[in-house]
Formats: sequence, structure tokens, C-alpha cells
Amino acid sequence: MNLRRDVFQAIADPTRRAILVLLASQSMSAGAIAANFDSARPTVSKHLQILTECELLKQEQTGREIHYHINPEKMKEVADYIEPFRKMWEERFNKLENIMKAYKSE
Amino acid sequence: MEQKTKIHAEEGKQELVITREFDLPLELLFKAYVDPEIVAQWMGTKVVELASKNHGNYRFETSDATGKVVFQANGVIHSCIPNQKITRTFEMENAPFEVQLEFLTFEKLTESSSQLRIQILYKTVELRNQMMKMGFAPGLNMAHNRLQDIVSKLK
Repeated sequence: MNLRRDVFQAIADPTRRAILVLLASQSMSAGAIAANFDSARPTVSKHLQILTECELLKQEQTGREIHYHINPEKMKEVADYIEPFRKMWEERFNKLENIMKAYKSE
Repeated sequence: MEQKTKIHAEEGKQELVITREFDLPLELLFKAYVDPEIVAQWMGTKVVELASKNHGNYRFETSDATGKVVFQANGVIHSCIPNQKITRTFEMENAPFEVQLEFLTFEKLTESSSQLRIQILYKTVELRNQMMKMGFAPGLNMAHNRLQDIVSKLK
């Protein structure tokens, strides 16, 4: 097993993405999260474990229950990852488009 | 505004796909990829060599304001079918990255619009992620020492 899990490996799974969406608005207990999915409880627990290991989720002890909530900083890191790369291409392609439009009208 | 350029990078895969629709006829889009002068303009690099043909090759060189060469890359054009596809390799020189394989597909959408799809295959998943993290792609205007900084931070 990977000791240090890759964030991007973590968000590759559709169930894990759904969990992140679910937790985007509120923190929830494992039981409440599992109730939203058809998967068996241990499966959901495994997903939560993976998301926690890669720091996308944080655990918080509330009385007897553990609540999960999103770690915004780590989430931002994920969003930031592809976006600059995409923007670089976007700018480059915009330039290409403009040059060729001018070329066309010459 | 809808994003015109889309990046699809599936997790655990050593490839990524870039797609973009252009308000350009197919022929003009393709020309932007095979005409050395035009490539130089939009890539922001000097095109030392560009032979867009089967078994062709290319080489880019970017200098800073003082004329010092800061970026060099080259590749082999495996095949080039006008207005359809280009299959080529890309490798940065003096950089610790392996060569990558690129499939460029050009497609006509309407008389005045076209789509480009670039599928890039990297040697490993890690390398793909690293390249994306660094915003790496062919012809980038990044000074070599800056590149070194980033690479050393990643270690």
C-alpha cells in the first residue's frame, strides 16, 4: 500500500468525488455519509480513509462520533494543479487563433 | 464564458488529452502547425527547424532578452497527413525529462471552425503529473534556471 497517497489518485474514483461534493457544504459523520451511498459501509469507510490519508478530508472528534470535513487548502491545491496548465494552453491557442484570423484576412 | 481549451487527464494514466475548438477553417488551423514562421509567432520561440512531413523533424530554441538560450526542444515528426494528423515526439534538451509522444488530430467542424485534439503520452504517470504541475508543454517560455528551481523544489 502507498504510504503517501496521491491526491489525484484519490479524486479519480467517482464515489470519492461524490463524497467530496457531499461534504462541500457541511461536515458529516461516517454513518451519515455512508447513508448517501449504495455501497457497503466498509467500502465507504475505505474511501474516507483514503481521502483522509491524502489530506483532502480532515477528521474531527465530536462527542462519540468522528465528523469529516473538507480541507479547503488541499482542495485548492487540486484545483490549482490543472488550471495553470490549461490556462497556458488556452493563451497559446488564443494567440494561434488571432494570428490565423489576421492571416486569413490578409 | 465557456472554456475553449479542455484538459482531460485521467488519474493513474500516463497520458493527457488537450482539446480545443477554433474559429478557424481546418486548413488554417493545420497551417499554424506546419508553417515555421507562424509556429514561431504563437509558440513564442525560435523555430530552428521544422520539416512537417513523414520522417520529418523539428527543433525549437528560445532566448532571453540578452540572447542567452534558455530553452531548447526537439522532436521527430513520425507522420504528417495534411489537415488530418501529426504524430511526433517532443523532448526538452538539457532537462531531466523523458521524451513524450504526441498525437495531434485536426478535424473540420464547419466551414469556418475546426477542432484540435492533442493526446500526449508520457513515460510514466509520475512524469505526466510533474509536467502538468510545472505547466510544462512544448515551447514554453520558461527560463532554464527557473526550471531548475522548480525541479529542485519538487525533489
